[in-house]
Amino acid sequence: MTDQLPSPTPATTLETEPFWEAAADGRFVLPRCNACDEVIWYPRLFCPSCGSNDVSWFEASGNGTVYSFTVVERGQGGWREHSPYVLAYIELAEGPRMLTNVIDVDPDTVAIDMPVTVRFDAGKDGGNIVRFGPAS
Amino acid sequence: MSIRGAVHIAGAYEHPGRHLPDLTVPQIHADVARGALADAGLSFSDVDAYYCAGDAPGFGGMSMADYLGLRCNEIDSTETGGSSYLVHIQHAAAAIAAGHANVALITLAGKPRTGGAAPGGSMRSSAPEGSFENLFGLNVVAGYALAAKRHMHEFGTTSEQLAEIKVAASTHAQHNPNAFLRDVVTVDEVLESPMIARPLHRLDSCVITDGGGAVVVVSDAVAATLERQTAKVLGTGVAIKHSTGGRPDLTFTGAAVSGPKAFAEAGVTPSDIDYASIYDSFTITVLITLEDLGFCKKGEGGQFVSNGGLLARGGKLPFNTDGGGLCNNHPANRGGMTKVIEAVRQLRGEAHAEVQVPDCKLVLAHGTGGTLATRMGSATVILGQEDA
Ligand SMILES: [Zn+2]
Repeated sequence: MTDQLPSPTPATTLETEPFWEAAADGRFVLPRCNACDEVIWYPRLFCPSCGSNDVSWFEASGNGTVYSFTVVERGQGGWREHSPYVLAYIELAEGPRMLTNVIDVDPDTVAIDMPVTVRFDAGKDGGNIVRFGPAS
Repeated sequence: MSIRGAVHIAGAYEHPGRHLPDLTVPQIHADVARGALADAGLSFSDVDAYYCAGDAPGFGGMSMADYLGLRCNEIDSTETGGSSYLVHIQHAAAAIAAGHANVALITLAGKPRTGGAAPGGSMRSSAPEGSFENLFGLNVVAGYALAAKRHMHEFGTTSEQLAEIKVAASTHAQHNPNAFLRDVVTVDEVLESPMIARPLHRLDSCVITDGGGAVVVVSDAVAATLERQTAKVLGTGVAIKHSTGGRPDLTFTGAAVSGPKAFAEAGVTPSDIDYASIYDSFTITVLITLEDLGFCKKGEGGQFVSNGGLLARGGKLPFNTDGGGLCNNHPANRGGMTKVIEAVRQLRGEAHAEVQVPDCKLVLAHGTGGTLATRMGSATVILGQEDA
């Protein structure tokens, strides 16, 4: 069982500030291209699918399934003391696959295709990190 | 215009050291450059093009050209991690074929063993993806474990099959006096080694070594003046595979693009290849790459590597006969250069007698830089005898 994972205040840029500001308010937002409707991950104000810079944010469902995962037994740096922890690609209901952690779970029970929902993980370090946990 | 047959690898040199606390990184670049030029029968004053990647200190190519005293008409510091040096071969071939250069020097050097830098320490904080990856504890091993897990899920690949790759590498490494790890290991020993990121164990991972290597790529005209046996560059392919706006498919690598390009340019097929140097940052890297290059069908890599499929003696495809990155050497946490060097040894008949492929006429070297789970630079080079 993982304990509280490192949750530093994320480094933001002019492009990614809206994502983390929403997360701080407990909202999970995604960027979508207004030209081709593609939902984009990782967040950027550019559509790598069609080249448009007409991108806006919308509130996502927070639902997804595990596309792949690993239980990291020996993390590096500040993650060492938090091992084992689950690093996963979550396939969001909106389409993109997002790299994140699966928390609130026994790592031995995580499986590909497992349904998950978003968690806002307010760490002691001050961040409000977008992670996922088992769907209830 | 194709570069097929227009350029040749005339010199190749691997630093024999695996722990070099008393040399600077520029010194190691210089040592391997001298070694490769001497191997070709050339000197520093013959070099008119220079290639290096992110392991080169300072301003990269500009700093190293100054340090080495090179007079360059052509320079390239393309950085695609461990595959950089195979990309450089393609770029050098193009420059030579276009008449911009005649003698191209490519060098690699680094000291992660001495320096203790974590593998893949080049994950840069300024990268636009940075805060959406590093924030979640992604490290190099985990970035390959994610691909391994998905491959197991879709195709039934097993940890035992991955371990077979390490067993084959160690079987070859016992004959290499310079190899960092020379003990032959068993499947059980791989599975019993500490788990780093499920399903990858410590012995699924490459070694961390100091060292370096260099190759010299020359024109037809220069090759004709040399006494040393050269390797003809028959085909090259390069690809960047990335996360595709958040739709990564972890079951294949950039080799699925770079491989077919190289085979098409060379005019040969996978079944023609006598020996292959396959990038082996981790066992899973080898397995997926073999599928992508067409040595077996997608999903059948596990069967292909089983029962000694990669052994120099009796294998379907002799691979990494120097012991590869898994056992021999992974200088600067970058394995592409040593892949080319062992491929050249095989073509020249200069691999260790216990692992030399008889009548070796056509070889392939493949590099993979970056991380399977996110973005990678893939490069394939096919080399042949001069009458190929
Ligand atoms: Zn678009």
